[in-house]
Amino acid sequence: MTTRREFMVGVSGLTFGILLEGCAATPEARERSGASLAQTPAGGARAVNAWASLSPDGTIWIVNPAVEMGQGSQTAIPLIIAEEMDADWSRVVIVPAAPDDKVYGNPGFRGLMYTAGSATVTGYWDVARTFGAQVRRVMMENAARLWNVPLAELSTEPSTVVHAKSGRRLGYGEIAAVAQLPAVAPAIKPEELKQPGQYRLIGKDVMRVELPSKVDGRAQYSIDVQLPGMLYGAVLRGPVEGSAPLAIDDSRSRAIPGVVSIVRMPFGVGVIAETPWAAFGAKDALGVTWDRRARAFGHDSARAPALYSAAARDLTRPGKPWDSAGDAPAAMQKAAKTYESEYICDYTYHAQMEPLNSVASVSAAGDACEIWCGTQSQTMAVAAVAKALGIAPEKVKLNLMLLGGGFGRRGHRDEEFVVDSVLLSKEVKRPVKVLWTREDDVKNGRFRPLSVHYLRAGLDGAGRIVAWQHRVACDEITAFQDPVRYKGGGERDFLAMAGSELRTYDIPNRLSEQLPQQTGIRTSSLRGIGFGPNKFATEAFLDEIAVRHGLDRVDLRLQLLKDTPRGQAVVREVVAMSEYRRARPGRGLGFSFIDYSGTMLAAVAEASVDRKSGKITVHDFWLALDPGIAVQPDNVLAQTESSIIYGLGLSLTERISFKDGAVQERNLRDYGVPRLEDIPELHLKLLSTPNRPTGAGQMATPIVAPVIASAVYAASGARVRHTPFLPERVLTALG
Amino acid sequence: MAVTFTVNGRPVTSAAPEGTPLLWVLREELKLTGTKYGCGAGQCGACMVHIEGGRTFSCLTPVSSVQGKSVTTIEGLSPGRLNALQRAWLAESVPQCGYCQSGQLMSAAALLAANPRPTRAQIRDHMSTNVCRCGTYPRIMRAIERAAREG
Ligand code: FES
Ligand code: FES
Repeated sequence: MTTRREFMVGVSGLTFGILLEGCAATPEARERSGASLAQTPAGGARAVNAWASLSPDGTIWIVNPAVEMGQGSQTAIPLIIAEEMDADWSRVVIVPAAPDDKVYGNPGFRGLMYTAGSATVTGYWDVARTFGAQVRRVMMENAARLWNVPLAELSTEPSTVVHAKSGRRLGYGEIAAVAQLPAVAPAIKPEELKQPGQYRLIGKDVMRVELPSKVDGRAQYSIDVQLPGMLYGAVLRGPVEGSAPLAIDDSRSRAIPGVVSIVRMPFGVGVIAETPWAAFGAKDALGVTWDRRARAFGHDSARAPALYSAAARDLTRPGKPWDSAGDAPAAMQKAAKTYESEYICDYTYHAQMEPLNSVASVSAAGDACEIWCGTQSQTMAVAAVAKALGIAPEKVKLNLMLLGGGFGRRGHRDEEFVVDSVLLSKEVKRPVKVLWTREDDVKNGRFRPLSVHYLRAGLDGAGRIVAWQHRVACDEITAFQDPVRYKGGGERDFLAMAGSELRTYDIPNRLSEQLPQQTGIRTSSLRGIGFGPNKFATEAFLDEIAVRHGLDRVDLRLQLLKDTPRGQAVVREVVAMSEYRRARPGRGLGFSFIDYSGTMLAAVAEASVDRKSGKITVHDFWLALDPGIAVQPDNVLAQTESSIIYGLGLSLTERISFKDGAVQERNLRDYGVPRLEDIPELHLKLLSTPNRPTGAGQMATPIVAPVIASAVYAASGARVRHTPFLPERVLTALG
Repeated sequence: MAVTFTVNGRPVTSAAPEGTPLLWVLREELKLTGTKYGCGAGQCGACMVHIEGGRTFSCLTPVSSVQGKSVTTIEGLSPGRLNALQRAWLAESVPQCGYCQSGQLMSAAALLAANPRPTRAQIRDHMSTNVCRCGTYPRIMRAIERAAREG
């Protein structure tokens, strides 16, 4: 039996406990040089529901509230807690947090347990540090009491309180065994937290805890879950959102050996079989007639840009304001010179490597459920399942698995791919693993929308940009992806519009507004969210303004960044590292800057254009970024490489098209994800500054399209204004 | 008709219908889940295994075709201890989400077995069979070079 004492400390009900007995790290965990992972504390029957627990053998259990999809949060958040705790990292065991927004919600994400928006380290930064410091303080106060010395004479080394004067030392485990816990958590003033120069773990690159399991096949994703008596499910969804089956011919499906059941669902037809292969076969053999009442029928992505463009350009049509400063229309009127341009971004798809899937086991009575899934929000998944079954959230047990990529696809309020498995398990009263094939994942995808950007800028006589207007016509995202948040947040479509505000740039009169297009197309946040399309449009437009007005594109940015020294620093750095001023015969150099939620990035791309085929080759790519403090610097670089390569695909090859509302692409190759042969040499420079971390998981993605567009112009004189920059579009632009 | 073959040196028998891809037999029947499903169409390499030593898409390989053959999966690549490639993979912190990585390692191992000192162009060419959506390509390149160097 585990016994424990816990008490509440500090912010938002954080607790920590002392596990007195029956709870020790496994021998394997002790042999490791870094932290390790566990589902629950060894020997502990109860789940850890606090942020940290100490046990007398020196093991420190730290709870991780984030999900792991390759971005390293599972390591980073516990590392920050351990830093301020001054914990010996080799004695840390990381356990997953229970799905409880009240205790574990991300303060940077409106208190939701939601891993997205590169907001994990940023959001938990203050609470994680404060909490760690409180645990350290309690350890020190206990040592002061035991030794009868003043607190001020004590210091800590990893997992040890030290009294330098007398040379005495006590390990945290030894203290834990006899500790007295204060009734009220000690207050920690911000200035009592460590200064960056004092960090032992932050900035030092510890190995991500789950990494070893990812080189020998041990890593467990939900697709890997095996349960006794488990069946396999596949779901045929209608061609568009909201279409329902009218008539189902399942005769051919039922004839397939191993098929157990075929289920009509509100949005499609579910198949349950003994093997995945039988389930896929039976799904493909279904003959279904769909009702055609849903809005998206008729949507054609080849015709839509003209309609969106008309909306964006018609200034008599009021847009939905997103961000404004000064009086843009009036300043535009008075400007000495105005420019306008239009940019288009096609629909794009996440293509996370693990096709969506989940496993559910619903109790025979339908009153409880256990799920295994990879979601970006533990609490949304639990809520969606509870709603689908009409049961209380407490009756849903979540087993959070590693995610085979997320990129925004796994955080929708309805968690439809999780609910699939729940509905089918309920039907057969057995555990069911629902697998979406890659074709399902594409066809049922939820996409970054089609967007048309109409921009105008007004310059004064001195060549200074004094007025800026950006009108974005696109399918709505937030209302579809998360109606709860949309309604609660003033109906602002931040997933589409973020990044159209240009607060870092010295432009006194600005207006960005949305012309939402109600198409009924399934939409989603996607790596870079609105920053992707909006930064492409704004930076590509600045590039055009610079050329048309005879300004140097780098100087123009430096002038716009006159109040942002950190922005200027990354610009200067990338110019130096790329030798930007040195001409490359036959090739062009592009340049771009973005401020992504406080992370500053500047990039240079070297590209050439084959005038016969229209193919763009990006040879080299330089990028300098300042994300503030880099908790795991090499991981920041890894995420940046990843974001650039993701942006490369979105810029050059990837697109989803629709005919009659239905997705035309089928799999990875015709969608066009990049491969090793497609990537340029990357040259990155991390300019970490002692500022609050502002995120690294997707920040570079949006800079890629504008910097390539800029390079294509420099190389060939062609203005590419429509992503992806397919060869035929480049040929058209070459004229 | 049951099919008999060896997986990671162990004899196995599967009674799966003959058209069933080897991938699903490995994963769901033999519970060797290190081999992943990514596209089912030979487009991503997440399902890469070695058959008689050569890399093969298990998603496109009917189980009936491996009768009597020897199959190696990521679990059998270097049982008990990490090989040079796996060590290099950790040294370069290659995996992100990790989902593609079994397939990447199986592809890379086939490359080094045939060509212990590949050029960068050869690595690029060979490894472009495999997709990594997390974009770990620069690190895959570095890790293969490291493994070739450090053996
Ligand atoms: S799953 Fe076999 S190549 Fe993609
Ligand atoms: S590591 Fe995520 S797909 Fe390769």
